[in-house]
Amino acid sequence: MAVSSLTTPAAATTTVPALAIRHLTVRYRQTEALSDVSVDIQAGEQIAIVGPNGAGKSTLLKAIAGLQPITSGEIRFFGAEQAEPNTIAYVPQRLQVDWRFPVSVSDVVLMGRVGRIGLLRRPSRHDRLLAQRALERVGLAAFANRQIGQLSGGQQQRVFLARALAQEARLLLMDEPLVGLDIPSQDEIFRALAALRAEGVTILTALHDLQQAARYFDRVMLLNRRLIAYAPAREAFTAANLVATYGGHLHLLSSGDGLLTVADTCCNPTPDGAV
Amino acid sequence: MIDLLTAPLAYPFMQRGLIAALLVGLICAVVGVYVVLRGMAFLGDALAHTILPGIAVGYLINGADRGALFWWALGAALVSSFSIGAVSRAARMREDTAIGIVFAAMFALGVALISTVRNSAVDLSHFLFGNILGVSESDLWRIAAFGTAVLAVIALFYKELMVITFDPVLAATLRLPVRFFDFLLLTMLAVAIVVAIQTVGVALTLAILVTPPATAAFFTHRMHTMMIAAAILAMLAGIVGLYASYYLSIASGAAIVLTSTLIFALGWAGSHLRRRSG
Repeated sequence: MAVSSLTTPAAATTTVPALAIRHLTVRYRQTEALSDVSVDIQAGEQIAIVGPNGAGKSTLLKAIAGLQPITSGEIRFFGAEQAEPNTIAYVPQRLQVDWRFPVSVSDVVLMGRVGRIGLLRRPSRHDRLLAQRALERVGLAAFANRQIGQLSGGQQQRVFLARALAQEARLLLMDEPLVGLDIPSQDEIFRALAALRAEGVTILTALHDLQQAARYFDRVMLLNRRLIAYAPAREAFTAANLVATYGGHLHLLSSGDGLLTVADTCCNPTPDGAV
Repeated sequence: MIDLLTAPLAYPFMQRGLIAALLVGLICAVVGVYVVLRGMAFLGDALAHTILPGIAVGYLINGADRGALFWWALGAALVSSFSIGAVSRAARMREDTAIGIVFAAMFALGVALISTVRNSAVDLSHFLFGNILGVSESDLWRIAAFGTAVLAVIALFYKELMVITFDPVLAATLRLPVRFFDFLLLTMLAVAIVVAIQTVGVALTLAILVTPPATAAFFTHRMHTMMIAAAILAMLAGIVGLYASYYLSIASGAAIVLTSTLIFALGWAGSHLRRRSG
């Protein structure tokens, strides 16, 4: 039944999918990180990718972004073999960013424009205006001149969302954007994501909280090296699918209205996980 | 008091030394900002040492002609910076391990070559510890020309160099020519090092690349202000260090580096006090 949900809804079949992934396999030296993944993702949808550690969530995002060579299979972007320049934005995990770097918030957002500005040119008034508008969209206009290290974790993450907006990206890839954030900061991120939805940006987010995946995203992708299911959370989160994804680490409990409560053992604690 | 400042300038070699200290301070501080932000300090130190065989070969072929030695040194720096990249890729090892291998081999080659020359002791010490007071007018023109080229390249590609330094992943997704800019940075680093060797020598080059930007980082929050502040601090250290070497009769390269370190210590203390009170 998870497989049947792979067929696209009738309404969407007329449009070219934002992402068409066919038989995608990624192999590191010996191990297979992703195995024969095929999926169509419609433009403007927001997708949560869930699965245990080592399920290949990061690998999938990096393969789509062109940061990870693929072993076999293909990825098409809006029908084309290569994404148009500047249309993909990739938000790294927070731990991979040097927050002491001497750049202001608006510097970072303007970096999203660098590809469009082109070599040997300086940012125009139009570029600065787009950057400023992007900051307003994510509620950070007042912080434009701060050094990035002076922001809270949630604000820092929103700077990167603003950068994707300024870049005029059509596809946004995020690797665990909520790790180490408190609940109010997480809510801020989801509000910022709503701003990106208004712009029609297609979003893929690796996530480990199944409840958030169900509440905030149009569809969820259950991944454990191969694609287990791709459907709205209500259809995808079945006992069979969850067991197939999380295996023995899973605890299922039936609650009053028949929903499943899941305690997954995913995600190692990060050094600043207590923030 | 004025006399104390003007008296040394009666000597042409002091005038040339001062100009060299200012130029080298400016070039190395600006390039050094990338060294600090990209964590290339070890690479910078290694490159400074790997220049030795270039200088030795140049010495064996062209004699003590400093113009020719400059080109030999630059060639050696470029060869070793690219062989470090090649070794780490081909042998699939960490870059710092590859740096260690290439760095030690090149330095040993330099020492071996120099040991074949009989009366090399004096000249070798100039390259190890610098000889800012021996800078000639043509040296100055060469430093100025290369310095202008480096600063022009940084101004032209400022935003791209910032992206590949801050976020290489963004650079890749924007499809910037990352390899080309890495190559450009390595080349500029090689130029800065070869220029610096004339003033402070192989052994102390790392200090004038790293210390002024590290000091500037205490109180700047943008990359261009960090560059400007680092350049001013480096030039200040150059002037003060040179006067100190004149009046205290200590080696000029060491005096410049120690002055720079003193400014760093003051900056550290200052930023500490400010954080306490603020």
